[in-house]
Amino acid sequence: MNDLPANSTVLRVKALSYFRNEEKIFGPLSFVLEAGNALLVTGANGSGKTTLLRVLSGLLKAQTGEIIVNKPGNIHSDLSHICAYLAHKPGHKAELSCLENLEYLQAIFHEAKPGLIEATLAKVGLAGLEDTPAKKLSAGQNKRLGLARLLLCHSTCWLLDEPYANLDLQGIALVNQLIAEHIQAGGAALLTTHGAYAAPAVPCQTLVLADLGGNQ
Amino acid sequence: MSINQKLLPLFAAQCRRDLRLSLRRLGDIAQPILFAIMVITLFTIATSAEPKKLAELAPGIIWVAILLSGLLSLDSVYRSDFDDGSLEQMLMSPAPLALLIGARILVHWLSSVMPLVILTPLFAQMLFLPADLLAPLMLSLLVGTPLISLVGAVIAALTVGIRHSGMLLALLALPLYVPILVFGAGAVVAASQGLAWLGAISLLGAGLVIAIVLAPIAAAAAIKVSLT
Repeated sequence: MNDLPANSTVLRVKALSYFRNEEKIFGPLSFVLEAGNALLVTGANGSGKTTLLRVLSGLLKAQTGEIIVNKPGNIHSDLSHICAYLAHKPGHKAELSCLENLEYLQAIFHEAKPGLIEATLAKVGLAGLEDTPAKKLSAGQNKRLGLARLLLCHSTCWLLDEPYANLDLQGIALVNQLIAEHIQAGGAALLTTHGAYAAPAVPCQTLVLADLGGNQ
Repeated sequence: MSINQKLLPLFAAQCRRDLRLSLRRLGDIAQPILFAIMVITLFTIATSAEPKKLAELAPGIIWVAILLSGLLSLDSVYRSDFDDGSLEQMLMSPAPLALLIGARILVHWLSSVMPLVILTPLFAQMLFLPADLLAPLMLSLLVGTPLISLVGAVIAALTVGIRHSGMLLALLALPLYVPILVFGAGAVVAASQGLAWLGAISLLGAGLVIAIVLAPIAAAAAIKVSLT
């Protein structure tokens, strides 16, 4: 968590649209994400939720519109550095153990602090599985490992793509608790859901992506 | 980010992860070796088994066998990282992508190509290569084969977003391997005729120095293009 005063803007999105081969995937969208807030993006399958998150994470470039990070005039730059992205893909190696995966990810994202990884694994409910290869974990446990990575990245803005998928009731409660703690510490979160799962138990705005373009 | 002053630990972290992965997929290390042995065996079956003729062809056969098996392992450089989303995390991390890719290429050479170089004396025996040509052959392979990984990694980065890109990868990479083959096998042929052969290896070395500097940067740029 960077030293942001409460209620400062993390992301300001202006008239953002994304086209794939001339076909509009979403937009134009405009919204503001403040520190200490969560934004829930809902919409049917194929309404562009994942694409929106990939654009915000800096992995895709939108054709029109602006994403302003922290200070104005900072379009598309440093986007990926303030955001941590939990996608459908696990983001870690199946052959490596939980500990080895997190050691590597911590090394490339942040300075290593001894002992932090074990504590984080315990926090997401993977205590005792430190040396288990990720391929032996269930889908829900893999998601929990992804959440542990998120905690270790120390990013201001969390981009969570269907964070509740594959999780049991305790897992859903865990996601809500992690989001609440992250937001209280001055972070921001943007999460997608297609509506079948629980919404976070924190105050959040909702952005509804309609099919074929329109917004809100 | 203070991470800029810590490039070496980053490189080491990537190397450690990739070496661990290679050691857990021992089959991936064995496959290029078996493939090279097969190619060399096929050559001895298809051509006459006369030691004299085989010895003449040996440098070319060994070079082509190692080149082809290196080519076949290229797809694995980024494939699993692309499939499980690790490549996205590498892109999003504050670490310079070219540095991580450089480590990835080094480990590819260590795990997929270097075992073949180590086994080359065995291949040379299979093909009756004269003992005094083994030194030029080994030297040309040591300098030339890292180029296979470096140049191949750039091409593999361009095709990483494409499913079943194996043949396309071969079509794009093989023309770029021609100079490596010409200088590498050429040095050994020159040595067999009693000519000066160090010049060709020096040229390979010059190419290697350029590729070590430029290939990771080019591969990182190509990955960014492929993923977006």
